[in-house]
Amino acid sequence: MPLSREESSPLFAGTAAGTLRLIFYLAMAMVLMVLDHRNGWLWRLRYATAIVVEPVYRLASLPADGMHALGVAFADRRLLTEQNQRLREDLLLANAKLNRMAAVAEQNARLKELLDTQRSLELHVQLARVIGVDMGAYRHRMMINLGASDGIKAGQPVIDAHGVVGQVIDVLPTSATVMLVTDPDHALPVVVQRTGLRTVAYGSRNGDQLTLPNIPMAADVHVGDKLLTSGLGGRFPQGFPVGEIGSVGPAATGMFLEAHALPSADLDRSDEVLVLHDLAEPAGPPPPASPAGPPSDEAPAPASTAAAPRVPTSAASTSPAKSPTPAQTQGAPQP
Amino acid sequence: MSRQRLSFWWFVGTLVAALLLMLVPLPHVLEPFKPYWPALVLLYWALESGDQRVTLGLAFVFGVCADLLSGVLLGEQALRLCVLAFIALRFRSRLRFFPMWQQTLAVLALLLNDRFLLLIVRAFAGESTPPALWWASPFVSAALWPFLFLLLDDLRMRLRLQ
Repeated sequence: MPLSREESSPLFAGTAAGTLRLIFYLAMAMVLMVLDHRNGWLWRLRYATAIVVEPVYRLASLPADGMHALGVAFADRRLLTEQNQRLREDLLLANAKLNRMAAVAEQNARLKELLDTQRSLELHVQLARVIGVDMGAYRHRMMINLGASDGIKAGQPVIDAHGVVGQVIDVLPTSATVMLVTDPDHALPVVVQRTGLRTVAYGSRNGDQLTLPNIPMAADVHVGDKLLTSGLGGRFPQGFPVGEIGSVGPAATGMFLEAHALPSADLDRSDEVLVLHDLAEPAGPPPPASPAGPPSDEAPAPASTAAAPRVPTSAASTSPAKSPTPAQTQGAPQP
Repeated sequence: MSRQRLSFWWFVGTLVAALLLMLVPLPHVLEPFKPYWPALVLLYWALESGDQRVTLGLAFVFGVCADLLSGVLLGEQALRLCVLAFIALRFRSRLRFFPMWQQTLAVLALLLNDRFLLLIVRAFAGESTPPALWWASPFVSAALWPFLFLLLDDLRMRLRLQ
């Protein structure tokens, strides 16, 4: 360690100018924070600087990708065989289920047709890879490699093979941020599969759990009950698995039962996720009645497409807006 | 001339590397123990070359860059790094001639103070309080400090940079 060349900071001194400068910078930081908190500036700025930011993300995710590649390269042969065997069995099982589901889906579609609704069991999804970037511990965010150029919009639900992962909150040109269901700021309307009880699952601040803080005292909720999305709130479509209840007990207030659930999606292990293009049935008041005039089937554009944000499935395969990438898969029935 | 330029790029390179290290994900179990790399590297340069290089303005810009990359509230890390740089520069003459263990304790105190600042900022932003394990990071950072300091110092000596 060389001795200081010329001692610019005296041993015990503090100059008033230095303190003033500190106050200036602190004030500037605070103004930035307040403006950002109020207006959500940061994302507009990030969008503008995405040319610089996104390569940095790719660079930062290299070690994680490298570790993954190394893991594959040096994986035990026995392990791979085992995994292969397991995947084969899963595939067989899934195919068997699919075959049975196909019949059910057909029947369902026919019944739905009879009821004149446009819901179906088909899914419109885009496959996305998770970018391995640390968004800060306990922030429960995840980056995926699809963005505005792939047709991703904020608010789209994200799922994996086992259940709901979260929803897209911010979109950059070629990447997007996903808020996980375990984020303390995240709330998800769910329904208990066994009893049909509707409630809300919040993220919890400690660990990767979901909290259901307001279940009525008299409700019938047991450990092991499965939670599904209820479709209320108009963001997540109905019927996706969310989690499984791990513990039930009276809440601290004594007025409700509080349950903790483990999310069924592989939140910290999934490499690939699916971004749903189907949005839930719109919630809210029904659309205004069309003005009196000639019957609606003679109108140039049917009013039903304006009311539902989802394009009917028959039209989706031909509509250019609904098939943005070849990765999009269609026709997988809902589990 | 070229040596001066080289030393400048070495300085910038360590800062960029710190930002990249901040973004690199760790296995899920280790995540709360991740050291706060930008603070450590900035602290090293503040102690090593003082306000010839590390000024409050630089700390501010560096912090805003870190905010942009990590997607947190814009200005959060700028505030924290400014405070850190200010304290380090103010007590630089003493911190430099501390024995290593005392320096490590000082770094620990600085980083704990930094976590308190972060807690205050988060409370104002309306985020929930983090779990107890969140406080582990300053201790890991302080434990790494002697190694980081010696490594960077040694590299600087070998490359004959200032």
